[in-house]
Parts: sequence; structure tokens; C-alpha cells
Amino acid sequence: MKKLHTFWFISVLLITSVCLPTIGNATEVSVFSAEQNTHIRALAASCAACHGTLGNSVGNNSATDTSSANAVLAGIDPAEFTNKMLGFKDGSRKATVMHHHARGLNVDEINQLAVHFSQQKRVTKSPVKSEILKAEHD
Amino acid sequence: MTDHLNRRDFIKAAGAAGALLIGNNSFARATKPPMGRVVVIGGGYAGATAAKYLRMWSLGAIEVIVVEPNKQFVSCPLSNLVLGGSKSINDLTFGYDALKANHGIKWVQDTVTAIDSTAKKVTMLRGELSYDRLVVAPGVDFIYDGLPMLASAEAQSQIPHAWKAGWQTVNLRKQLEAMPDGGVFVMTIPKAPYRCPPGPYERVCQVASYFKAHKPKSKIIVLDANAEIISKKGLFAKVFNETYAGIVDYRPDNVITGVDVATKTITTDFDKIKAEVLNVIPPQRAGKIAQIANLTESDYPWCDVNFLTYESKLVPSVHVLGDSVAAGLPKSAHMASNQAKVCANAIVQLMAGQAPDPAPVFANTCYSYVTAKSAMHVANVYRYDEGKKIMVSAEGGGVSMSPSEKEGEYAAAWAQNIWADTLT
Ligand SMILES: Cc1cc2nc3c(=O)[nH]c(=O)nc-3n(C[C@H](O)[C@H](O)[C@H](O)COP(=O)(O)OP(=O)(O)OC[C@H]3O[C@@H](n4cnc5c(N)ncnc54)[C@H](O)[C@@H]3O)c2cc1C
Repeated sequence: MKKLHTFWFISVLLITSVCLPTIGNATEVSVFSAEQNTHIRALAASCAACHGTLGNSVGNNSATDTSSANAVLAGIDPAEFTNKMLGFKDGSRKATVMHHHARGLNVDEINQLAVHFSQQKRVTKSPVKSEILKAEHD
Repeated sequence: MTDHLNRRDFIKAAGAAGALLIGNNSFARATKPPMGRVVVIGGGYAGATAAKYLRMWSLGAIEVIVVEPNKQFVSCPLSNLVLGGSKSINDLTFGYDALKANHGIKWVQDTVTAIDSTAKKVTMLRGELSYDRLVVAPGVDFIYDGLPMLASAEAQSQIPHAWKAGWQTVNLRKQLEAMPDGGVFVMTIPKAPYRCPPGPYERVCQVASYFKAHKPKSKIIVLDANAEIISKKGLFAKVFNETYAGIVDYRPDNVITGVDVATKTITTDFDKIKAEVLNVIPPQRAGKIAQIANLTESDYPWCDVNFLTYESKLVPSVHVLGDSVAAGLPKSAHMASNQAKVCANAIVQLMAGQAPDPAPVFANTCYSYVTAKSAMHVANVYRYDEGKKIMVSAEGGGVSMSPSEKEGEYAAAWAQNIWADTLT
């Protein structure tokens, strides 16, 4: 039954991914398998406020630079992700903010997040362009 | 068994959607898309995020139409820095074009005036839209019952709330710039819950930082209706007493009872204070359309939802997101974004005939700037509690040891990334 589910789910992805480019100009196509289920994709999406949609943070163009505040998580080596998060969790790795997140997650979630982010494609993202506020706005 | 059928339907549906999209301009398509239509009321943090993730996670198989009256998105986060002088409102103003084009989101510039949940349609100022599921994300509405003299646009041009970023923010900054050194700025904070619990205290710090550098003889009187600082208390108290000693006069338990608009004089149970510049942050409730559509009960002005789906407990097939939700959690942009993602995830599952995630988890970080460059955070993971049926904070969260410039950079990175996540 579980196998069947996996099969169907991947079929959906295969069928639909062919059509994806016509949906819009989206460069963001989530890659996830049945194992990284909808539970993990929503949790991972909450990291986007600092780390960008699907782990592609803005203003940081190096796929290997994971040291800055808005570290790129897309395409990260899963072992590196897990090690850092477990380090934040047990305090062995110095943190500014991340210990407050890592301690709230369990090891299973950290492992699944590692797989999720490692499977996302790195795309270069720039900050959104701001505009002059128009007179008609409130 | 039905599970199997639904899964097959989902595949057929998703495949058919793709086929349709290849052949046609997706915007001109007249036929109903196979997985149905979601109408989203409001293109703020919650609504825009829900629209994007509904399109992404349904792989384009759900048609999404956003109704939003404003042409531009102006961020409340960082708008206190406009008052401090280190940011311009034009740094915080964005368009919706990238979001629409990247995800094939349909957009109607209008205001929803009524919801018919039986016929499943919304009425706007100029037309109607039918929906299969509706997302209501209208932010907050201000309550002027106790302060009727502040309800008019004219009064608000004298005494702005600046609690929805835009021209009122600019107006308040101009008033602070025009104020002579030695003047008094009075700010009032409503009883919680209101939008952004640390926001008023961050505002005090920003104005104090401007006074300290440019108008050192000036004072800030803070009249807080709450019994104490309600967010990052120790950190803010320390900043008020140390960094801004002699400038900030913080008075808890001060409910305002009246305002004389012409003289900018404010009355409380204890005092009568005349201000040079006055900022009244009014009490708040769920956005007006949520009240009109009976998404709130008469005795509590926020919307009760199921935290697995954000579906209203009162009206079926209507989901409520963001500041309007009675969540018992901070009303923040990051929280609105998180709720939008859990909801989008659930709607995709529900429309495919599957059960939504029974145990959502999300992470939340909230930064406050205490100077132009230094910030501090509160961060937590929240998880669904099956017994209580609400999101509760997991162990291990917490606040900064002290504000720092490093966290100021983190806060700037947060803003850049949440803007990109919400608007592209
Ligand atoms: C000064 C200040 C500082 C803040 N700082 C932070 C911060 O640092 N971090 C943080 O996380 N949060 C912060 N917040 C809080 C944050 O702004 C809100 O929590 C967030 O905007 C809530 O998102 P929302 O989508 O619910 O509402 P909004 O963002 O207000 O969006 C609601 C949208 O709905 C539209 N709308 C309303 N009624 C209708 C209708 N009838 N029909 C169609 N459209 C409608 C409105 O035009 C609006 O665009 C701050 C708030 C303030 C005021």
C-alpha cells in the first residue's frame, strides 16, 4: 500500500512536471518525494522568511556560502545541514538565533529537512525591487 | 477505496490542467480548472503567500484569484525605521507583478463587500466571483467605538495611527521632523491582542533614537493600556532605561478615555497630557469583511479556525489567515506567512480528496530594531497540540541576550527574504 502510494505520487510529479513551465515564469519548482511529504514541505517553507523560497535566499549567490545570516539551503549537503543543526541543538555550535529553532525540532525533523533542502535546485535570487509609493495608496 | 479513486482523480485533474495550460493562455481559459478555484481576499503577507503556495503545491492545478484594493504592497515590518529616519517608505513599497507572472495568479483590484457562503460567491464593489474554497486574509480593522473623534480621515491626518504602513507613516515622520527640540511625543498602546505585540515598543525605540541624535531635549510618553511591556519585556525595559534614559517615560496600565484632536490633548483615568506629536494606536479586531461575513462571534472580534486547515469554525469552505485569526499567538508577518503555508498545503490536500497534515509544525522569528542598526529577536518553533487543538510553542525557543548590530543584519536579511517569498 505504501509502495503504491509512492508510485502514484511520483506519477503525479512526472505527469505534471512536464507542464510546469507554462504555469507562469516560476523558476521555483519544488522537488520532493513521497518520503519528504507535505508535512516537511510546509515546515521547510517556514524557514523561507530568512532562507528564501525553497532554500534559495536572496542576495547570496554562492551555493557553497552557508555562513551568512541568510544562508542558502538549496542544494546543501545533507550531512552538513544535519551536523550544523544538531550542533545548534546541543549547544556545541555557536548560534545567534538558530539554537532557538534547532532545540524546538526533533532529530527526525532535522534529518528530513536536510533531505528536503539538499534536493532543491539552487537558483540565483535577487532582492525584490522597491517602488515609489503612489499618491493613491492609503 | 475512495482514497484510490481520489488519487486517480487528482492525477487526471493535474494532468488535464497541464494540457489545458499548454494549449491556451491560462488567463483566458473559460472552463473551470480540474481541481477548482480558490479566491483569496487580501494581498497582504497572508493572502499573497497563500496564493503563491497554492499555485506551487497544486502544480498549477488550482486556479487562484486574489482580490486586493491596493496596487502596491507596503510592508509594516521595518516601517518603524521610517519614523527613526534610517529607511524611506519607498524602501518598503513593492508591486505585485512578479508574483502574478511567476505563478499564474489571477488578480482583481477591488474590495470584497460580502460573502455568500451558501452560493459560494463573493461580491465586490464591481462584480462577483464564485469559489470552491475561499481564503479570507484582510488583516486588522481599527475599533473607534471608544474614540469616535479619531474615526475620520481628517482627524487621522492630525493624529495618525501609522499602524498600516503607507502615507500615515510618512505623515507621522514629517510631524516628528517638524517638532521643535524639547517637544513631547505621546504614543498610546491598545490592550492586547493587537497586530505585532513588540511593534509599539520598537516604535518607541526608533523615535527615541531620532530624538537622541537630533532633538535631545525632547521626551516620549508611552501610555500602555497593558499592565506591562507585553513582548521582549526585559530587553525593551533595559533599552528604555539605559540607551534612552531621560527620553522615554513608560507608563503601564494607562487606558486612554478621550482625545481633543485640535489641541492634541489626551485624557486617561489619571492624567491629561498635551502632546506636540500624538500617535494613537487604536484597539483592533479582525478585518471588516470577516465581521460582515460572520466569521467572528459577537463576544470576541477575532476568527476561530481549525489549526490544521485554517478553515473557519463558523463558516464551511472559508479559511481565515493572518492577523484576523484568533490564534493566541503573536500577530506577525512571519506568523501570517506560516499560517498561509499550512493552509495552502491543507487546501491542496483537501481538493485532491486527501487528509491534511495532522500535525503541522512551523518556525517563527521576530526581530525588533532598537536603534537604526541594532536588533534583537524572539524565536520559537510551534507545533500542533492534538489535545488542545491549537499551535503551541515547542521547548527551546527564546530571545536574544542583548540587541546587536549582527542581529540588525539578520533582521535586514529576514525582511529581504520574506518580501521575496511573499512577492515573487
Ligand atoms: C509598525 C509595525 C511593525 C511590524 N513589524 C513586524 C515585524 O518586524 N515582523 C513581523 O513578522 N510582523 C511585523 N508586523 C506585523 C505584520 O505587519 C502583520 O502581522 C501582517 O501584516 C499581517 O498580515 P495579514 O496578511 O494578516 O494582513 P495585511 O498584511 O494587513 O494584509 C491584509 C490585506 O487585505 C486587504 N484587504 C482588507 N480588506 C479587504 C477586502 N474587503 N477585500 C479585499 N482586500 C482586502 C488589505 O488591503 C491588505 O492588503 C508589524 C506591524 C506594524 C504595524
